[in-house]
Amino acid sequence: MSRPEDTLPPDLFYNDVESRKYTTSSRIKNIQADMTNRALELLDLKEPSLILDIGCGSGLSGEILSDVSEDEGGPHAWVGMDISSSMLAQALDRDVEGDMLLADIGQGVPFRAGSFDAAISISAIQWLCNAETADVSPEGRLKRFFDGLYASLKRGGKAVCQFYPKNAQQRSMISNAAIKAGFGAGILEDDPETKNVKVYLVLTVGGGDVTGTVSGMNGVDVYDARRKERKRGKEFEKKGSKAWILRKKAQMEAKGKVVKSSSRYTGRKRRVAF
Amino acid sequence: MKLLTLNFLTCARKTCKSLPAAFPLHPREAELEQVETDMNAALIKNILPRLEWDAMKTVTTELGLPNLPAETPAPEDLATADGEPSQTLKDLHVLLMDTAVVSGKLVCGNCGHEYAVKEGIANFLLPSHMV
Ligand SMILES: C[S@@+](CC[C@H](N)C(=O)[O-])C[C@H]1O[C@@H](n2cnc3c(N)ncnc32)[C@H](O)[C@@H]1O
Ligand SMILES: [Zn+2]
Repeated sequence: MSRPEDTLPPDLFYNDVESRKYTTSSRIKNIQADMTNRALELLDLKEPSLILDIGCGSGLSGEILSDVSEDEGGPHAWVGMDISSSMLAQALDRDVEGDMLLADIGQGVPFRAGSFDAAISISAIQWLCNAETADVSPEGRLKRFFDGLYASLKRGGKAVCQFYPKNAQQRSMISNAAIKAGFGAGILEDDPETKNVKVYLVLTVGGGDVTGTVSGMNGVDVYDARRKERKRGKEFEKKGSKAWILRKKAQMEAKGKVVKSSSRYTGRKRRVAF
Repeated sequence: MKLLTLNFLTCARKTCKSLPAAFPLHPREAELEQVETDMNAALIKNILPRLEWDAMKTVTTELGLPNLPAETPAPEDLATADGEPSQTLKDLHVLLMDTAVVSGKLVCGNCGHEYAVKEGIANFLLPSHMV
């Protein structure tokens, strides 16, 4: 099946028909709810927070934020950005509680410094890799986005972006843009090596505890500058050598842990209502 | 666009974004709406220190709303002596969470760009020559 990202720009792909189809599919609702709950778990917010929802669409991710109970540190308030007016129209029809902007995240994030406690993005940022006109490149748009996102978060703030990279190159293009913007970054995979693999980019803003927050999470591969030494070590390993195989095995095991810990979470009650 | 959000929004143009004149955006021909929502005291308490109170005052004056106190309310003003939500907290809730610009424009004080608001959603898409 071809990726929608390779067919049309997002505002044209998510037209009225597609937006309605997307928003009314209970299969999609469930998947988006699961991923949003996972992102919330990674954000680990302790009090009702102001959250930016990047590529909020029709609010399937945002409404989960509004429904977090007091016991679990909610409910949160959110502001969404999306480039598709049809998706936002669906959100209006569904009376979501968030506030929304019609905006292209590749043009930046128009909020003053330190506005948000946290940000989430569910299934959106891979779209930034598909832009090729005379005046914009994917690299340029990723830079505008991550620079703007970094500035809009308060110090100690976090962002979790679940995305669907087309390949390893897109995955590292996106992580590298985040790191260049100043984030401490890690990647977490749920259900690795399956066709349902879910990739989460976990980002932290300053506050001294950059690697701390990310590496404290089971199975998160840290992409922080302070881990360079480990990476450098890697270069001396020959691909396929015993050391290389052992390290790969350890990595797979680490990822296996993530799967396990996510099944603990799978048992928790969901707050998605139909 | 809730007044809460307006207190964080800036002009989207790169040349404006960090300039003082690009914040707050100024509502013009604005139609306001008030929708009652559940009070979330902890959220207001969390956000209060982050509000730019002067911008809050500018925007409410421009919208023809009643005058705000001169200074940001203090955290201890949010609850009464017996721990109940104070009038200050209720007023803040209505102002920030329940009051929204449903239509009109938001205008940058630096470049003059007008962001249209329809059905409560502001259009921040920039033509590529303005990015
Ligand atoms: C798969 S939907 C996800 C929507 C929502 N987060 C959810 O979980 O249901 C992807 C969304 O990303 C939005 N999007 C894609 N590129 C964008 C961009 N450059 N700026 C803003 N939104 C974008 C699309 O319009 C679409 O609504
Ligand atoms: Zn401007």
